[in-house]
Amino acid sequence: MSIRFDSVTVAYDGDLVLDSLDLTVEPGEVMALLGPSGSGKTTALRAVAGFVRPASGRVFLGGRDVTDLPPYRRGIGMVVQQYALFPHMRVDENVAFGLKARGTARSEVRRRVGEALEMTGMAGWARRHPRELSGGQQQRVAIARALAIRPDVLLLDEPLSALDAQLRSGMLTELARLHRELPEVSMLYVTHDQIEALTLADRIAVMDRARLQACGTPQELYRAPANEFTASFVGGANLLPVTVGSGGVEFAGALVKVDTAEAVAGARATLCVRPHLVGLGAGPNQLTGVVREIQWRGATHRLYVKVGEHDVMADVSELRNPPRRGEEVTLHLAPDDAVLLPAGVSHG
Amino acid sequence: MLVHSRGARWALWAVFLVLFLPLFALPLLVVLGASFATHWSSVLPSGLTLANYRSATRGEALQALVTSLLTATGASLLALAAGTWAALAGAALEKRGKRVLDALFVLPVAVPSVVVGLSVLVAFSKPPLLLNGTRWIVILAHTVLVTAFAHQSVSAAITRLDPAYEQAAASLGARPSHVLWRVRLPLLLPSLTAAAGLCFALSMGELSATMMLYPPDWTPLPVLIYAATDRGALFTGSAVAVVLMAATLLVLFAVSRVRTRASYR
Repeated sequence: MSIRFDSVTVAYDGDLVLDSLDLTVEPGEVMALLGPSGSGKTTALRAVAGFVRPASGRVFLGGRDVTDLPPYRRGIGMVVQQYALFPHMRVDENVAFGLKARGTARSEVRRRVGEALEMTGMAGWARRHPRELSGGQQQRVAIARALAIRPDVLLLDEPLSALDAQLRSGMLTELARLHRELPEVSMLYVTHDQIEALTLADRIAVMDRARLQACGTPQELYRAPANEFTASFVGGANLLPVTVGSGGVEFAGALVKVDTAEAVAGARATLCVRPHLVGLGAGPNQLTGVVREIQWRGATHRLYVKVGEHDVMADVSELRNPPRRGEEVTLHLAPDDAVLLPAGVSHG
Repeated sequence: MLVHSRGARWALWAVFLVLFLPLFALPLLVVLGASFATHWSSVLPSGLTLANYRSATRGEALQALVTSLLTATGASLLALAAGTWAALAGAALEKRGKRVLDALFVLPVAVPSVVVGLSVLVAFSKPPLLLNGTRWIVILAHTVLVTAFAHQSVSAAITRLDPAYEQAAASLGARPSHVLWRVRLPLLLPSLTAAAGLCFALSMGELSATMMLYPPDWTPLPVLIYAATDRGALFTGSAVAVVLMAATLLVLFAVSRVRTRASYR
């Protein structure tokens, strides 16, 4: 079932927390709402769930306007960061809750509870209470509880944020598997973690300061971000202030050849390059600078090189003889690996 | 407060004992001692006997104990129902409405209970609301007096209740009544039993309003104690007081057992 936001605006006491959001999640699609805290992403999810009333705009589920429907009549599954399992019920009672609330026949309830617990690998824990489970297990039960009602739409609000890093990557794999097993369920996945969004989502909607900044497939956002915020929030990037010339841009006194087809000569712009696409040594588009900082990160070295007035980050495979701080080095970048963005905050 | 030095710890214990013993423990011990006595003219009571208890557990006194237990049970259940209902309704109101509701419910506590007793007497002495002369006027007055405590402790618990539970329930398709009975009230159960225990204890000891209202066939225990001491039967009165105390504590203990089983975290 599709989810559609039609200019949805939400304000609390005059503060805009969601500013005219237009977004459509296609049936069966996983859409990540990615952004820092306070960006409006959770508010958008809660508007779909029915816990937040838009000041203006409409929310549609599968073409039906649900803006005025109470939460319990929307038929959505929801999983939140703190699990919110009912502490006075056993695991199987928790999972059965939604089915019983809808008056499902008892034999059917038992079958569906078993099915949902099986799917999340919690079948062996049915008769335990939530307090006896670990965080990861509780979140699996919460997911089973949301899936038991067979929702067409699953809302996930930072579902992995309360888990530790190792558990998180395991759960991420599980969520991807669940999505493959339930290809018709649309998922709206709120997160501040770009890895989760890049791994799981079919498309990512990047939010910042109550607004949608960009929306596209992970590859599009990563390779060709639309603006500086998207570039730095999705994957991290060098954002270098440049002036557009002919056939390239001028950065710190050097000419860097990139595609300038969509830029006006003489205009100021931002050159966006991913750190791992910056090479060390001679090559196309050479830049010379002084190593200001070098960090060993196991498989890679991260170099901060001062080129003119600006730091350029470069991630290179682990070096046998890494340059020392203060040493002069040469960097290079392939013309295809750099993207020209409209000038933004990097110009100060 | 954490006190690290040994000397300071002893000093604190001393202060605690000096304050606690004479103020709280000694009067109760004196009543306990007196309840076994026939005379008390020197330092310790003398003429030890169980006769006081024999009269305190039969006839008129037994009747009064049953009256008190029934009154307190009725009043605390009514107060719990009304207080919880009001607290749940108050939680759904906006800020100003909630403040007005809170103030209304504190009123019977703020007003002296004698005044509450008198107003109940005046209000229910004429048809069609003629309750004067029946047991119901006593139960009603007790309910009015203790509802404030039920309302206060339940509404405090509701503010502490994580809204994530009701929202999870609603998103699973549970209508508000289902959420109330299956999620909110079970989660509030520990506070509900605590409130019930408090109301019960307060009602068991209520005297000032009861004095104005009780009909001859519905004499609660505190009235009997007052009457006994008033006519100088101090030792019989003490025994009845100990019975009242024991009965109240017994019920509170039972309620707290329910509460332990109802708390989840």
